[in-house]
Amino acid sequence: MRRHEDIKFADVNNDIVRSLVETGPRYYVTLAIAVLITIACFFFPWFYQLYYGIGAAGMNHPTVWGTYLASFIFWIGLSHSGTLLSCVLHITNSEWRKAMYRSAEAMTLFSLMVAAMMVMVHVGRPWFIHWALPYPNQMELWPNFRSPLMFDVMAITTYLTGSSIFIYMGSIPDFAAVRDRTTGWRHHMYVLLSLGWRGTDTEWHRLGWAYTFLAVLIIPLAVSVHSIVSWDFAMSIVPSLHQTIFAPYFVVGAIYSGTAGIVTVMFVLRKYMNFEHYITKVHFDNLGKLLLALSLIWTYINVVEVFTGWYSNDSAELESLRYKLFGFYAPLYWEMILFCAVAPLLLISKRFRTSFVPMLILSIAINIGMYTERFLIVGTSLSRQYLPDSWGVYVPSLVEISILVGSIAMFCTLFLIFVKIFPSVSIYEVKETLPAPDEGKTQWQEATH
Amino acid sequence: MSLIDDFLARWREYRAPGYYEEFDYHWTMTVDLDRCTGCEACVTACQAENNTPIVGEEAIARGRHMQWMRIERYWEGEYPDVKLRAIPMFCQHCDAAPCETVCPVSATYHNQDGLNAQIYNRCIGTRSCAVYCPYEVRYFNYNNHHWDAPLEQQLNPDVSVREKGVMEKCTFCIQRIRQAKDAAKDDGRRRVQDGEVQPACVQTCPTEALVFGDRKDPESGVSQMLGNERAYTVLEELNTDPSVVYLKKVEADA
Repeated sequence: MRRHEDIKFADVNNDIVRSLVETGPRYYVTLAIAVLITIACFFFPWFYQLYYGIGAAGMNHPTVWGTYLASFIFWIGLSHSGTLLSCVLHITNSEWRKAMYRSAEAMTLFSLMVAAMMVMVHVGRPWFIHWALPYPNQMELWPNFRSPLMFDVMAITTYLTGSSIFIYMGSIPDFAAVRDRTTGWRHHMYVLLSLGWRGTDTEWHRLGWAYTFLAVLIIPLAVSVHSIVSWDFAMSIVPSLHQTIFAPYFVVGAIYSGTAGIVTVMFVLRKYMNFEHYITKVHFDNLGKLLLALSLIWTYINVVEVFTGWYSNDSAELESLRYKLFGFYAPLYWEMILFCAVAPLLLISKRFRTSFVPMLILSIAINIGMYTERFLIVGTSLSRQYLPDSWGVYVPSLVEISILVGSIAMFCTLFLIFVKIFPSVSIYEVKETLPAPDEGKTQWQEATH
Repeated sequence: MSLIDDFLARWREYRAPGYYEEFDYHWTMTVDLDRCTGCEACVTACQAENNTPIVGEEAIARGRHMQWMRIERYWEGEYPDVKLRAIPMFCQHCDAAPCETVCPVSATYHNQDGLNAQIYNRCIGTRSCAVYCPYEVRYFNYNNHHWDAPLEQQLNPDVSVREKGVMEKCTFCIQRIRQAKDAAKDDGRRRVQDGEVQPACVQTCPTEALVFGDRKDPESGVSQMLGNERAYTVLEELNTDPSVVYLKKVEADA
């Protein structure tokens, strides 16, 4: 296998164009399976639910929100690391970002799309969902600008727009590079996508300027998005949801699960797209350190949340806390603690951080834990509110579980289509980390060896 | 500059406590727990008046009952020495209603009579109002309901039948309030008099535990009751400012 410093500029183009153009049967089989699962597990149950009503899901009188909303937060959370991490690393000039940021940003985009689908699945009458948007209409009706859900619609559409522009703009030079290497319909497609990029100094200068500008714009935007998602809950007066810590809690949780998601995606890309010499141990090591830091912050916030709840000595708050820690869903709570607070402590060891398979397993475990967290936020709080007469238990139905599985398949489908259209490793930025032809090693290579 | 001043003035006016007292009426209900026997006649009356669906055994088992008015039952003590406390619970028509702020499409809002109104046609079914409501009195249509013949003949023509995917709750029988207001207008009067309008539950209550009227009329039955020293509102600490006032049950041995 080639080592990183042996790669020539031409190899980068060859390798990445190859990943777009050469498609084996394994890809088609995977794509077909993903599409089939999406249709069978997401769209069919959803159509049944549209016909029958939300009653197809397991929600009931006190617990009117369920896994659909938990999935919505989960996907929004997963979206968080991609573009945000890419932006932060871009303005801090981190070299190791360059091989992985494209696929991380794609993860953002697709999880946002899946999250938007989860909203459609969640609401009772999705055919009227456009009423939540402020558009001029003959009835002169506006959405309710006081509503946190309305803020949410605004925040997510802004974030989706910003992330789409960011990933597209960063890809323009790569589209041009691929344009020059392809023929047929692909060539025509990349001619359109590259917007006539010629690689002049002026173009590079403008691209660099606009890219940094967007990066700076997107960082606060990303933080605000998940704060606003948390306000869907924290702005209520439901015991154990009405907490000031919720906004930072959600932001940290989002970046945490998003970073774990990046590790998973990195592993898969590295393995199945043959990017072994672009995505290296360094990336896993750095992401592992980041995950460790995030898991510690996440644990800290959880401790604070439990402590302040207990310290309040408010009867509703105490009951809600008791139910979460020792009630019906308690096994799920402790599973979450195990996966998100205890297991990531393994990342202290450098050997663990640089081993690929253990990192994959941990990253998936973290995301299972984080999904559980979102489920518990919805499930335990709503089933124990102020009036004991209206306490209840919520168990997800088969339709809900199927739609959850289908949404994961939908994400995979979108990603599989992405890797054949977008160069999933940035061609021009990877070259910046390589020695220029007939020159010595770069700083990057000294750092890694 | 005047635009900003204008905005700030409106903002202050809106945020000022008691802004809702500017409404035409302030419909209020009092519930005397000393008189309430927990017979659930009000529940049945409400069901008949408001076309609330009969969801059936299976839906009840899944926790999807539809009762705009319900009797909460709390047991005190151990068997056989037990006491039953019954508390009728229905939409409190809060003046500072959490459900109104959260609805993204303003399907639930405060109307000029101080009522917390629900527009079924505007509802998109996010169910966030039911989460935000601390009284748990909002009921969601998990599916379409049907009335077996000949029960569909008894549907109230003044109340719409709700479809799947929308939220519903007690309206203080807004259809009756409208009729009373129309009748008052036809008589050439400006206001509805006390006793001219009664929701179905009040009309049915055999012990007259429920009293309904306009709080803005100092002579009305409810205004008299409000001064009672037993009066309290449920979950007062949440500052929702409900329009339903309960009168505490007096214990014989206390």
